[in-house]
Amino acid sequence: MENIRKKVRSFLLGNYLFTEDESALDNDVSFLESGLVDSTGMMEVIFFIEETFSISVDDVEMVPENLDSVENLVAFVARKQGVAA
Amino acid sequence: MNPVLAFDCEKAAEEICQGIRHAMVSAIGRRGLVLGISGGIDSSVCAALAVRALGKDKVIGLLMPEQDSAPESGDLGELLAQHLGVRYETQSLSVALESLGCYQWRDDAIRELVPDYVDGNGSGNGWRNKIVIRGGMDGQINRYELVVEDPEGKRQQIRLPVKQYLQIVAATNFKQRIRKTLEYCWADRFNYAVLGTPNRLEYDQGFFVKHGDGAADIKPIAHLYKSQVYALARHLGLPDAICSSTPTTDTYSLAQGQDEFYFALPYERMDVALYAYNASWSPSRLATEIQISEEQATWVFGDIARKRKTTRYLHAAPVLLEPVPLESASPDL
Repeated sequence: MENIRKKVRSFLLGNYLFTEDESALDNDVSFLESGLVDSTGMMEVIFFIEETFSISVDDVEMVPENLDSVENLVAFVARKQGVAA
Repeated sequence: MNPVLAFDCEKAAEEICQGIRHAMVSAIGRRGLVLGISGGIDSSVCAALAVRALGKDKVIGLLMPEQDSAPESGDLGELLAQHLGVRYETQSLSVALESLGCYQWRDDAIRELVPDYVDGNGSGNGWRNKIVIRGGMDGQINRYELVVEDPEGKRQQIRLPVKQYLQIVAATNFKQRIRKTLEYCWADRFNYAVLGTPNRLEYDQGFFVKHGDGAADIKPIAHLYKSQVYALARHLGLPDAICSSTPTTDTYSLAQGQDEFYFALPYERMDVALYAYNASWSPSRLATEIQISEEQATWVFGDIARKRKTTRYLHAAPVLLEPVPLESASPDL
């Protein structure tokens, strides 16, 4: 899971915060509530995890509980990949 | 109209007309107004208010169809212009949009998902398309789906990947931006200003194209909910065909309601939801008022908050990194 977290954070830090400063992004902050990404940004995030982790996000899985923070994303990707926590 | 939105139409109309005159003198300094007339309720009411404020000889209406426009839009636009007695011009955008690659880019993106897709180029014989929004009323993150219909009427609906979504939206945004370019051309020709036509839902929730339909010198109905705009249309005596029209985007070749593309609910209920959000109603009160579940009301409030926040930049002037004073350096100058 640490590898997933590292890739997710690197994508978000590089593309939406324009920094390598790890302290700029909290793992439990809601992307949508904080304004880090909008609905188009969420589409980009979904595309990123589908491409990077070779998973497919179903419509019913497109809920904040799966996608709307680093921790939610990491846990979701891990579940999809069958990776143990 | 829901009773919470009830208002004095005559008082509102008079205040808007006074506001237009005041703005023309104090802030704009032009001799008249140009606006695009789509045949829809917002531009029709705006045109009527502009005529009432300044006189019909100081208002120019532009009808700007393109190959995906519904034929009835032009008919309603002409009906409105003739009803008001204003000068109006019709200029098709299809050739300009074709030259800019609007249709090509859109169709290329669609064909990446639907290889058989062939656009009808406005002939009515080809495939047609639209984009719809999904998820918001089910507690899901909003997503967009492409709907295509082949010449036999068979439909396919496909979730849009971000690359194709962005290309289709970027291409179709040409339509609003070219319309605005023409409006400013006509405004410059006559030393007029451009009137923008968003209602409160569109303005508040960022349902416009930056530097497209979002650009204007004055937006006289941006404080009115859509239901109130319909009420004002009837009060102003606009033709019944306009007062009873269903709002559409008139941007895609398949008919597309605004609630299909952007808003979580049809406008009558979306108006109440936005009013309720502004008035800090509880989700349960909204749910009772517009007959949705409390859970859905919570999602709608969340959707309103997010759209307001994430579209703020659409309203914003360019960011300056240092202050640049524009007042006269000397009070004598």
